[in-house]
Amino acid sequence: MRQRSLIAITAALTAGALTLTACGSRDDSKDKDGGGGSETTVVIGVDAPLTGDLSALGLGIRNSVDLAIKQANAKNHVDGINFKMEAADDQGQPSSGQTNATKFVANKDLLGAVGPLNSSVGESMQKVFDDAKLVQVSPANTNPAMTQGPDWNGGKKVRPYKAYFRTATTDAIQGPFAAQYLYNTAKKKKVFVIDDKKTYGAGLAATFKDEFTKLGGKVAGTEHVNPDTKDFGAVATKIRNSDADVVYYGGEYPAAGPLSKQMKKAGAKIPLAGGDGIYSADFIKLAGKDGKGDYATSVGQPVEQLPSAKEFIANYEKAGYKEAYEAYGGYSYDSAWAIIEAVKKVVEDNDGKLPSDARAKIVDAMQDVSFDGVTGKVSFDEYGDATNKQLTVYQVTDTSDPAKGWKPVKSGTYTG
Amino acid sequence: MHELPQQLVNGLLLGSMYGLIAIGYTMVYGIVQLINFAHGEIFMVGGFGALTVWLWLPGGTTMWVAIPLMLIGAIIVSTTIAIGAERFAYRPLRGAPRLAPLITAIGLSLALQQAVWAWYPNAKSSRTFPEIPGDSIHMGSVTIQPGDLFLVVAAPICMFALGWFVMKTRVGRGMQATAQDPDTAKLMGVNTDRVIVVAFALGAAFAGIAAIAYGFRYGEVNFRMGFLWGLKAFTAAVLGGIGNIYGAMIGGLVLGVAEAMATAYMNDIPGMDKLGGQSWADVWAFVLLIVVLLVRPQGLLGERVADRA
Repeated sequence: MRQRSLIAITAALTAGALTLTACGSRDDSKDKDGGGGSETTVVIGVDAPLTGDLSALGLGIRNSVDLAIKQANAKNHVDGINFKMEAADDQGQPSSGQTNATKFVANKDLLGAVGPLNSSVGESMQKVFDDAKLVQVSPANTNPAMTQGPDWNGGKKVRPYKAYFRTATTDAIQGPFAAQYLYNTAKKKKVFVIDDKKTYGAGLAATFKDEFTKLGGKVAGTEHVNPDTKDFGAVATKIRNSDADVVYYGGEYPAAGPLSKQMKKAGAKIPLAGGDGIYSADFIKLAGKDGKGDYATSVGQPVEQLPSAKEFIANYEKAGYKEAYEAYGGYSYDSAWAIIEAVKKVVEDNDGKLPSDARAKIVDAMQDVSFDGVTGKVSFDEYGDATNKQLTVYQVTDTSDPAKGWKPVKSGTYTG
Repeated sequence: MHELPQQLVNGLLLGSMYGLIAIGYTMVYGIVQLINFAHGEIFMVGGFGALTVWLWLPGGTTMWVAIPLMLIGAIIVSTTIAIGAERFAYRPLRGAPRLAPLITAIGLSLALQQAVWAWYPNAKSSRTFPEIPGDSIHMGSVTIQPGDLFLVVAAPICMFALGWFVMKTRVGRGMQATAQDPDTAKLMGVNTDRVIVVAFALGAAFAGIAAIAYGFRYGEVNFRMGFLWGLKAFTAAVLGGIGNIYGAMIGGLVLGVAEAMATAYMNDIPGMDKLGGQSWADVWAFVLLIVVLLVRPQGLLGERVADRA
């Protein structure tokens, strides 16, 4: 009997593996000339967590790209080109992200991809896209190593992937920016540093800690948590007894919200601070009333304050998306537009037609893209990083309406 | 070490929840020798049942009214799903090789997860759960939060009620008989089909109660919570001696306390500073499981299962 069960499992696994491979290698190319018209379809891929804990942010990304594409088509921004979106769900998992990347590469009409949200997912996709010379623009990856190589902190910056760009600034400046604000402006002297061990969270917490101690602040304790368990009771007790006056959390809101709530209920009445991963209405929902006073930094200036963003917000509302654009909406919109602008340049240089090596040409064109986007000037430096290095500190001031709870308290450019 | 009493309480609270879920694994295993891997998801849907009731209630309803109603909602949803699962997914496979119902259980757990994900409004990320209002209770250096009060009250009541049910009622004695030898029990006039259904339903009711406790403690419920919690509760059941009801509770408490201690103190042991903290709590929980199974393969309170074999 045991033999037979083994056979059954093996058979099931084999069948599963075959199905997956079949999906991966499926040729998605459509009959391009079938329509008879002169319109060429260019697909822009979106990879983001559309389901799961981080889906609030992910759906904001997808909707914003969709909006950019709709507007480019409506304006007929690139003559003879009709843009289309293909969205893929990575559930915040690196393995799903990589599968989606290979799927995107296999689609010959797909000339650029926006996403993903998580740095760890982005790392799994970079090589796949780079090998295919397919341009990728992330609105949200903030891990410095992704553009500047693993030794970015030691002063030896090397760009690992030519096809990778991002419109978000990096944790190399986000962590220190938070440290300067908390130490100099909010007068916090003792911090308890927690991270979730993921690429994003651990990197952010490390850059924060370096700067905070350099400024003269003390570290009252450190802790690594598993974001999947929502039980932080033991950690909350440690925080309460640590004498810290602020907690810095490197990670995302699904764990940060309950952590904030539990530490305050346990008697640690001190604010929790974090990066753009907790800058979400869902953080306020999860932290509840106790979230009042918590801090988050996020890339760029508040979208609502920028004159360039008024039109975006109005259009977003008009388009009637069910989900809010969240922290990365503006950056996703700009990322999609960066691809559209690069396609436009390539098409114009080639007498109004897509060249046969369009993907590689778009990667080159991306390097010189420059336009005024929702989040300010959009252009990229020699590493593929956004040249716009503005940051903002937000604080939770109102927990009754989570959508409006975050208020910007300080914007600025980190100068080191 | 001045935080030790608080950390013990943290561990006991966490452990009570593991225990409440573990009872469902243990009762079903004790009677039909099936590890119901969908039990974690039954716990999860219980949480959504309670949330639904809360959303239906008019705004401003006091918790004194809301909690009993949410309790009923959670229990109805989780027991209905569990009874349905037993009837349509497990009963047709009774007598089939052990592996078949196990695979069905895994399939069922994925199906339940996806169903909530797809059909429950806005369940694609965490849904916030109502809070129990009020101040924390301080007893010396120990603080009990209002969100934990439900668990503090419910866990012991549940345990004693279950003990009474199994020992004193007809159906409970039928369960004991079926657990010892289903065929003989049948010959003695025990309606084994009914007993099995009752075991599934009771386990699910406890999972529903645990789900409300989860919601009050952590302020959210989400469609993925069944997996990790189900796994931990299963560990608790094995730790305590699977098939033994008191073992499930003891196993849960031991596991919860072990996790709290690992989080709080492992860092302080010289040479272990890299192996401590909350992210290592799961590792130490499973190390504990392995050690117990090596030393005492039947689990902490497992002798009752052993004498059946």
